[in-house]
This record gives sequence, C-alpha cells and structure tokens, in this order.
Amino acid sequence: MKFDLVITGVGGQGTVLASRIVARAAMDAGWQVRTSETIGMAQREGCVVSHVRVGENLAGALIPDGRADVLLGFELAEAARALAKLKAGGKAIVNEDVIVPTSVSAGLSRYRVQDIREYLEKELPGVCFLRASEVAREAGNSKTANVVMLGALSTLPGLPFSPEGLLEAVLKTVPSQFREINRKAFEMGRRAMGVC
Amino acid sequence: MAVAEKMLLMGNEAIARGAVEAGVQVVTGYPGTPSSEVLGTLAHFAKEYGYYAEWSVNEKVALEVAAGAAYAGARALVTMKQVGLNVAADPLMTLAYIGVKGGLVLVVADDPGPHSSQNEQDTRKFAQFAKLPVLDPSTPQEAKDMTVAAFELSEQLGLPVILRPTTRTCHVCQDVILGPLPLTRNECRFDKNPGWVILPGLAYKKHIWLNQKQKEISRLFSRMPFNRAEIKGKTGIITSGVSYNYVVEALEMQGWEASLLKIGTPYPLPEDLVLEFLSRVERVLVVEEQEPVVEDQVIHLAWRHSLPVGMAGKHNGLVPREGELDVDKVTAILHKFFGFVGMKQAAASNTARHAPDLPLRTPVLCAGCPHRAVFYGFKEALKDYDPVFTGDIGCYTLGVIPPLNALDTCLCMGASVTIASGLSRVEQGRKYVAFLGDSTFFHTGVAGLINAVYNRADITLVILDNGTTAMTGHQPHPGIERNATGDPARRIDIAGLVKGCGVDYIREVDAYNLQEVMQAAREAVEHKGPSVVIARRECIALVKPRTRYRVNTGACIECLLCVENLGCPALCREEKVVISEKCTGCGVCAQVCPAGAIEEVSRHEV
Repeated sequence: MKFDLVITGVGGQGTVLASRIVARAAMDAGWQVRTSETIGMAQREGCVVSHVRVGENLAGALIPDGRADVLLGFELAEAARALAKLKAGGKAIVNEDVIVPTSVSAGLSRYRVQDIREYLEKELPGVCFLRASEVAREAGNSKTANVVMLGALSTLPGLPFSPEGLLEAVLKTVPSQFREINRKAFEMGRRAMGVC
Repeated sequence: MAVAEKMLLMGNEAIARGAVEAGVQVVTGYPGTPSSEVLGTLAHFAKEYGYYAEWSVNEKVALEVAAGAAYAGARALVTMKQVGLNVAADPLMTLAYIGVKGGLVLVVADDPGPHSSQNEQDTRKFAQFAKLPVLDPSTPQEAKDMTVAAFELSEQLGLPVILRPTTRTCHVCQDVILGPLPLTRNECRFDKNPGWVILPGLAYKKHIWLNQKQKEISRLFSRMPFNRAEIKGKTGIITSGVSYNYVVEALEMQGWEASLLKIGTPYPLPEDLVLEFLSRVERVLVVEEQEPVVEDQVIHLAWRHSLPVGMAGKHNGLVPREGELDVDKVTAILHKFFGFVGMKQAAASNTARHAPDLPLRTPVLCAGCPHRAVFYGFKEALKDYDPVFTGDIGCYTLGVIPPLNALDTCLCMGASVTIASGLSRVEQGRKYVAFLGDSTFFHTGVAGLINAVYNRADITLVILDNGTTAMTGHQPHPGIERNATGDPARRIDIAGLVKGCGVDYIREVDAYNLQEVMQAAREAVEHKGPSVVIARRECIALVKPRTRYRVNTGACIECLLCVENLGCPALCREEKVVISEKCTGCGVCAQVCPAGAIEEVSRHEV
C-alpha cells in the first residue's frame, strides 16, 4: 500500500492542521506516515503545499512530480499551481472559493478565475469543485473549511483509513470546544461531494 | 512483548524528545526557522521533566550559557538556525579547544532552498572548520536517535557535538518510536582546573589535542549505526542526510541498482567504512545538498590511498550546490550518472500544459499588522526627502513587498542600524531610517545603537515593538514580562534602555495612529544625531479583534488609494473596494481614506 496526498492552499487556511489530521488517521490505522511543508515566512498569506505520505517502508517526505494519488486544493489557483504533483488519473477536490492575493488588489497581477477553472476541468476530468468556505460558514465557522475538505476527501475510494477514522482524528486534534462544529463541517463536506 | 510506543512527531519535536530521553539538564537557544520548535517544545515540557530552559537574547549568549552548564558536568542543548551559528562562532571556535565535561549538543538547522533564510550556508562545513563532529539526520526518527547518541558522544570525546537537521527533517512529521526516559541525571560540580582558562600556551597544546581527536572520531563513526553500506554491484552512491531518502526512492522508482553508502556523520568522515566501500566499487557518485562536504573528503581519501575510483558529484557539475534536492532532481542526476537513455518518465502528464497565468502570491504582512502602518506613515511623512530605509530580519522584512516597497536594504540580524550608520558617513545630507523589531533590538540591534550614539551617526532607528518574536512563532523576549517556561520575568524597558544608551531624541508612538507616526518621523529625521522612534502595538496574531471596518460604497470615490498603497490582505478590489472578514479593526485604511468612506462597525455587523 502506498498513498500520496498533496494539500495546497494559502497560509492561514489550516492546510498544516489538515495534513496532521490525515497523518494521524493513517497512523491510527497502522500505517507509517510522513508529512512535510515549509512553515515560517510562507504562512503569512503565501502559498502552502503539504505533502502527506502513507504506506510501508517510507523514505522521504516529499512527493515526486506526477505521483500524488489525490490533490486536495484548498484554493483554486493554488490547486492549479500544484497540478504537476498529481499522477495521471489521480483524483482532485478543489475549493472554488478564491482568496485574492494583495498583488491583485494592488493591480500587480491578475486572477483569472474562469480560465483557471476551465484549465482544471480540462486537465482533470472528474475534478470535484466545492465551495468549502461557504459550506464551512453554513456549518457555523468559516475557519472549518479545512475540515469540510477532509469530509469531502473521506468519500473517495482507496483511502488508507475509514471515514470514521478520519473523523475521529479530526475530533482528537481540534480543541474540545470546537468538536461539534468540526463534526458538522466534516459531515457537510461529505454531503457536498454527493452533488459535485 | 510490549509494543514500542509511537507518536506522530515533527522532526523538531523528535529532537526535543531525544534530548529528554538523554536526560538534558539545561536548554538554551534563539528562535530561527526551521529550528524554533525544538526549544519551544522543550520549554513547554521543562517543568514536567525537570530541566532548565531559556530563550536567550542571541545565539552567542545561548551557547555560552549552555557551555557553562556543561563545564559543571550537565547535559546541555543549544538550538539555532544556520546563520545563528555565525553569531555563536566566537565561543564555538574556542570551545572546541577547551572542550566540555557534560554532554553539549548544538542543534543547528540548515535551510537549503532557502525557504526562510538569508543564505544557504552549510553547517557541516562550519563543523569541519571548528573541527567538531556533526550528525546529519535523514528523518525525524533518526534525528531523535542521533540526539541521544550525540550526548553520549560528546561526553565520550569531551567535545561539543553538532546535530544538523535541515528543513526537510525539522518540519517533517513521522510516526516516531519513542525510547525510555532517563532514570538518573549527571551530577554537577564545577572543578577548578587551569584547563578551563584559554591562554596562548594552552591554545597551542589543545590545538594538537583537537587535531589528534579527529582520527579518533572518524574511527568511532565507522562503527556507528547511522553510517551503513549495502553492496549491489560496482557502481556506488554515497549520500548524506535527507538526500539518502531521495536516492533510495529514485532508484526504486526507476528500478535501478547501485551499491549504497549512507553517511549520517559527514564530518569527520568515517574513513574505514568509506575505504571499504570504495574498494568494492569502480565509480562513485556523491549525492548531498549544499556544499561538497562528504564529496571533498571522499576524493581526498581516495587520492591518499591511490584508489582508482571514478568520482562524480558537485565537482563535475552533476549535483547542484544551490537549492534543495528532491526525488525528481536526484532521478535526473542518477540518469546522467548511469548514462541511461529512456528513463522511465514519471507520469507527469499534467505539467504546465497551456496553464493559465496564475496570480502572484507572495507572503505579506497580516491584515492589521502594526508594521504596515509604521512603514506607510514613514514613507508618507518623508516622501519629499528621498530617504533610505534600512531593514532587518523579522516579519517586517516583508515591508519590502509591493505595494509597500518600504525597505532598501536587509542583510542580517541587527544590521539595519549599522548599515544606516555606514551609509550616513559617506552620503551626508540624506535621511537614513533603520527599522527593526523588539526581539532583534535585544539580539544585536542594541550594540549597533550604542555604536551610533558613541560615534554620533546621524540616523533614525525605528523599533517596531509588537511584544513578541513574531516571525518564528511568537517566542518571548526580554521586553515582555514572561520567560520561555511561562514564568514571570523582569521586563527590560526598551525606552529606558534606549535612554541609557545616550539617545537624546526618543518618541514612543501608537503604531496605529498615523498622525502620531508621521509627526514623529518628521521630527526624528530633523533631529541632529541618532534618534529613536518606538512604535508600539501588540502583534495582531496575538490579539482578539473587537471591531472591523467596512467601506461605505456610497461615499467611496474609488480613488483606490487604500488598496494600492497599503497592501492589506483584508482590502479587496472587486467591482467596488470591499473589506473582507480578515479585517482586524486597526483602522489604518480609514485614516488613509481621503473621502472618509471607511467606517468602524462591530464584528457581527457587516
């Protein structure tokens, strides 16, 4: 068994926490795990890429290009930026609620939402778009968009853990006062996959 | 049989766990990415496990405090990032001559890439320069095991030992198998002895001793489990640190075979083991990040023993010295080394085919960051002066990012004030404003300020006092009333310290009050001689916002002054200018707005 997951997003979206949760679920299911990301300067609204590797006899933590089984894009443009990591036929779930960087507001670059969406649809037949930030707001807190995405992830086949195992890892990781809202976010993420 | 306990640990947490398993007694350090979580974790558990932990004011101080403890026989750990070792170089170089009684381990984290650093210097090279043993972990598990071994080794040799993880060990998480906790700790008593007092005569003798030690360490290393060889044919690969993982995976992915020597102790080279390996192969490739530390020693060894082995690596341009390696890069290197045609292509069919332009997303100062307001205020107040703004190391380095464009220089910790001083000597009549943070001021900035006062440099220093060491994860420092372990501490008053340095012009301003900032800016640069402005506001990541702002679209004249000048992530230009829920209520954009169209509202009312 070997399972490689790439999570991409913007600093502050909770990608690092999400990668820890996935690693924890996989570890609890008896697998070896590795996660890697660069934390520090990049976390200030910059691009964040988390690598999560699950399996036996693992070596390094960085996923080579074209080897990821699943791409979890917490942000539309960041999903496009990390596309090279996904293997041919790999699955992608993308949050289509965009985060416009200050460079765009200041007129220094452009965010062509439609072009990027079309590009992803063309390159990834079967890509799932969902409005994770909006779903999280409905769940009661926009900060739970990362757990909405994990709920969505849990519906995919071939994962190294069960949906229940992933939810349990979520609940074990978040502070106790946020457990219920995260449970709701996870369930809503699962349901959102039914319609995408 | 009991199953060994496993925990999901980040490399830095694994190193901290290793220190606890080794019975560490004193822990010191200065924050720096990617090293900071080692001491952060150890400080958190200091009371539970009963050892002393401190954030020191800089790396030199940290190393000396740890060395003092080790003189008395304690096991001590000191942590820093690679450039921090430059600050601690003075004590380190002589400590190698003096030696230690208790185990002293330096954790010095390297950052090939670099991801969060001003250079890519290689600590293994530094260890070689200081003639000290260095361990190079490839995984968090190995980092923990090496930490335990480093303490043993340090006491066995009577020398400090360096553990050099890189970003891809420090910030990698792994299911780590834990070891037992210690039953006893070292007894501590400082024994008076002339050997602790370095004088030229002793230095000469100790230099001979240190040189002789190198052979002893090399022999010891040849028997260490962190170095191991696997012979599979006449083509050999020698690899060190995280590169080992990439080599293993690249070989496996391509289905290639080679004899493999993994080096966990890059200096001194485990010569016996390497000689044995070289005798079994016809040609060898050395794969390591950064400098050719292992490669140079292997070439040297082969030449000394007249071994007819072909050598490849950095010297023939196969392996880059810059940036970090990964499986893809190593696959390409191996491909050239093996001379294979028809390399199995990774199924990277998705790469960059008709990819649309993606928006530029650089890291920026947070919404409501007090530094933004100060940079904007100084730029606005001094726009008729053509001033030079010298920068420093911290979150505020991001002041250079457009649209703020507020910094003209950045070199190293504390250099804002000294670079400004130097500039002021040769291009007089221009205004020089240096910006640094509170923690950086205590680290090395204060020495530069004393120098500026003593030598009457005509500069302005702005101390961005946000009450924390923000960029590295909010560590405490002498300017706040709390220490590393959360206990009350004596706060050093920055304004009092500046006054004590002999500065005549000192203004303390609220970073969010643009008028106050701009007035202080104008006064300070007009003051003859050194002047200091202390801009205060707690780091926005540490406060809970009470209000937020919104744009009254009816009143907005769409001049775009706010979005185009402040670069605040909460300010968005959609069809109209809007303020997102990232707003923390600092109110700086409302002060900038010429139409008075930005108004304060409660957090729930949008």
